Amino acid sequence: MIVFDQVSVTYADTPSPTLKDVSLQIPEGELCLVVGPTGSGKSTLLKCINGLVPHFTGGTLAGQVVVGGRSTRSHHPRDLVDVVGYVGQDPAAGFVSDSVEDEIAYGMESLSIAPATMRKRVEETLDLLGLADARHRPVATLSGGQQQRVAIGSVLTTHPRILVLDEPTSALDPQAAEEVLATMQRLVHDLGLTVVLAEHRLERVVQYADQMLLVPGDGSPVTLGTPAEVMRESPLAPPVVELGRAAGWSPLPLSVRDARRRVAGLREALAGSAAPTHSGDPAHQVLASTAGLVVSYGGAPAVRDVTLQVAAGEIVAVMGRNGSGKSTLFKAFVGLVKPSGGSVTAGGLTPGRSRPSQVISAVGLVPQNPSDILYADSVADECAQADSDADVAPGTAATLLKTLAPGVPLNCHPGDLSEGQRLILALCVVMAAAPPLLLLDEPTRGLDYGAKRRLVRVLERLARTGHGVALATHDVELVAEVATRVVVMADGEVVANGPTADIVVSSPAFAPQVAKILAPDPWLTVTDITAALASQAAS
Amino acid sequence: MRSVDYPGYARPLHSGAWWLWGLGLAAAASRTTNPVLCLLILAAAGFVVMARRSRAPWAYAFGAFLKLGLLIIAVRIVLQAVLSSQSQGIHVIVDLPEIPLPAWAAGLKLGGLITWEAVLTAFSQGLQLATIICCVGAVNALASAQRLLRSVPGALYEVGVAAVVALTFAPQLVSDAVRVRSAQRLRGYDGGGLAGLRRTAMPVLEGALGRSVELAAAMDSRGYGRTTDVAVGARRFTAALVFTGVLGVAVGMYGLLDASVTGWLGLPMLGVGCLLAAGGLVVGGRRTRRTRYRPDPWALPEWLVVTAGVGCAVMFFVVAARSPGAAVPAYPLDIPQVPVLALVGALVGALPAVLAPPTPDRSPESGAVGQAAAGASEELSS
Repeated sequence: MIVFDQVSVTYADTPSPTLKDVSLQIPEGELCLVVGPTGSGKSTLLKCINGLVPHFTGGTLAGQVVVGGRSTRSHHPRDLVDVVGYVGQDPAAGFVSDSVEDEIAYGMESLSIAPATMRKRVEETLDLLGLADARHRPVATLSGGQQQRVAIGSVLTTHPRILVLDEPTSALDPQAAEEVLATMQRLVHDLGLTVVLAEHRLERVVQYADQMLLVPGDGSPVTLGTPAEVMRESPLAPPVVELGRAAGWSPLPLSVRDARRRVAGLREALAGSAAPTHSGDPAHQVLASTAGLVVSYGGAPAVRDVTLQVAAGEIVAVMGRNGSGKSTLFKAFVGLVKPSGGSVTAGGLTPGRSRPSQVISAVGLVPQNPSDILYADSVADECAQADSDADVAPGTAATLLKTLAPGVPLNCHPGDLSEGQRLILALCVVMAAAPPLLLLDEPTRGLDYGAKRRLVRVLERLARTGHGVALATHDVELVAEVATRVVVMADGEVVANGPTADIVVSSPAFAPQVAKILAPDPWLTVTDITAALASQAAS
Repeated sequence: MRSVDYPGYARPLHSGAWWLWGLGLAAAASRTTNPVLCLLILAAAGFVVMARRSRAPWAYAFGAFLKLGLLIIAVRIVLQAVLSSQSQGIHVIVDLPEIPLPAWAAGLKLGGLITWEAVLTAFSQGLQLATIICCVGAVNALASAQRLLRSVPGALYEVGVAAVVALTFAPQLVSDAVRVRSAQRLRGYDGGGLAGLRRTAMPVLEGALGRSVELAAAMDSRGYGRTTDVAVGARRFTAALVFTGVLGVAVGMYGLLDASVTGWLGLPMLGVGCLLAAGGLVVGGRRTRRTRYRPDPWALPEWLVVTAGVGCAVMFFVVAARSPGAAVPAYPLDIPQVPVLALVGALVGALPAVLAPPTPDRSPESGAVGQAAAGASEELSS
């Protein structure tokens, strides 16, 4: 169905090819998962399939890509609409019309399909993707999961035989990701579509894949194989695979269910050790607190009666579905929204009534999209500007950046950094004023496992040096790794607040994979387990 | 009769019908400076807006246009009655001390006599202009620009899609700017000034550029710009037709407006130009074979609404021809006459309030524009 023959892609101003000598075949009806670190060329590979590379992006393509018998050399993306459906990283950015129905019909209008057929296909697609209730809604008002499904629906109506999805669940909360993945499963099983998808969150998708394509990105050749084979060597692996490697299982487990059926031996081996508690030392000084906080937009309260404290040395994870009030709570801490009831204090200040320059010396927030606070032409300028904003000695931010992320090029444009590097740069810009409390809104969006590991190290280091850290996140694995306390919010209220292990182990939504495998024993991370196994082996 | 022919079934009326109706009312208003007749037309437009506007954000445009109208009247009165030195009439309201102006400012005055005649003439002329503008405002409140663009002829389809996309982008920029500005506070920047503008503009523009590229990629991979193969000759022929047509229209307009050129450069040239351009569009439309998903229907209610607009215009033209004294009163202090035909005309203009189908409860066209704008205003207010 998809044939890559000696494909190399070189973009205009890069010294080395992004993809080199890729040859592979993906047969009909397969679900192929493409994995690799950020910047390894996953997106480029996906865009080759429908001809966006090189027709749209520029660059030079050597070799040949043939999809459904048509070569992308002679066919533009628009001529492949009836073979390949491509959904990009941000589905909302690709919407052309206003309402769900028009959006779904758009592709067929270009193909000049008869109106009667169009109506039939629109109805079928609405049912297939479970969007019938939302058919007249404006696309901008849909939830993330619904938008992703509309984007998929809009390419399905031209009846392509291949569906290409670039990180369909990376920006979604776990519930929305479930919706999209369930839809994708149905397309593979009921319609026999060939699906190629790239994804960072391997723990969500690896068990569904028939084939896996590893794009290492360091010049070494790509590997195509069954997930269990590829996972043995892959530098990127979900916790369940890492656990399998630590326990020496073969073949490697890919799902929680696989692992749970084999866990008896590991449970015995761990019987002698106590799981680390992951809880912080509560005796520290309180950095910020709210009492009966109420924040409302218009008439509806987004945060209701929240009483919360964050102390030095702890890492608090705030979890909950989209719209549960996490971001609003963080905005209240830095004074971006004013409380309509109750109070917020941070470092003795009332953030809503203080100047931004005063607030930043007590509490700093890295927003969901780190690019929002960056605007200079180079990393060095950005750091210098941060020093002058915070009124500190020149070089403070740059030194911080060097310690947290060595190897970020200073003369580079912030837009050219990887997601992870950009996040750390934004973090350093905020940290220049040395706020004792640091808030991060969705820090792991779009980060690969390597970048996430580096972020974890940075956060632990901050906590050790007496900072307080709070994260709003959907990423249960990150929470298991770093958090000392978890706060769960729903409908603007705090519904749970306690040490990480107490909250997440028993929760179906917030338990990390390791906890699900070893439940009821309170183990949270592979790191803890390898440490326990190592200390037992030593004694 | 099809279901779309029943005026009682809720559906959005074709945007084109609203535009023709609005232009009809505006044409009617252009025939009269009689303040009572102008107010009648204004009332008809306002009545229709109140009865048939949707809940979309642009539905509140009429109020803004009314305020603009008041401003126009006020400016007109100040300029004409207070600052102009033309003969003003005999009924003096107030005699202000006059400041002498140098000779080169002939035609202007500061202070001096202000008369009822001058104020009322300025008022009725201002009211006429305000009425015309409010007719356009009424259309803006009733019809969605996006839906109108969806109905452009086939040859202009691509331009139409581009315009629709641009319409959704503008409000997105506003909400981006609000978000970025608040994010800049997070750097501890107290704000303001040119530097602050740059801090907001850079991320907003970069974001917009990135989104545009992503959108273009998405549109390309969904078949935007697919054309059927046509011979080079046919393509050149189309281009030549459209080009000469547009040239003809331009020359024709010039001929019409400049009285010193010979007659055949005017209307005939304009007609030929229009014909050529239309021919080009038709031939070009054959090149892009495209179908429409549920095109907005043009059914009985559309015909009725257009007829109401045109009928109103025709009746006012007849009034202007038969009794010029009523349409354009000679002396502003006389009580204005109200011919029965004009009254009927205004009533006909108001008929779409019942002839157009009611607005659906759900508002399918309250699209990204409104949402983003609502989001932005929410963030601003918070």
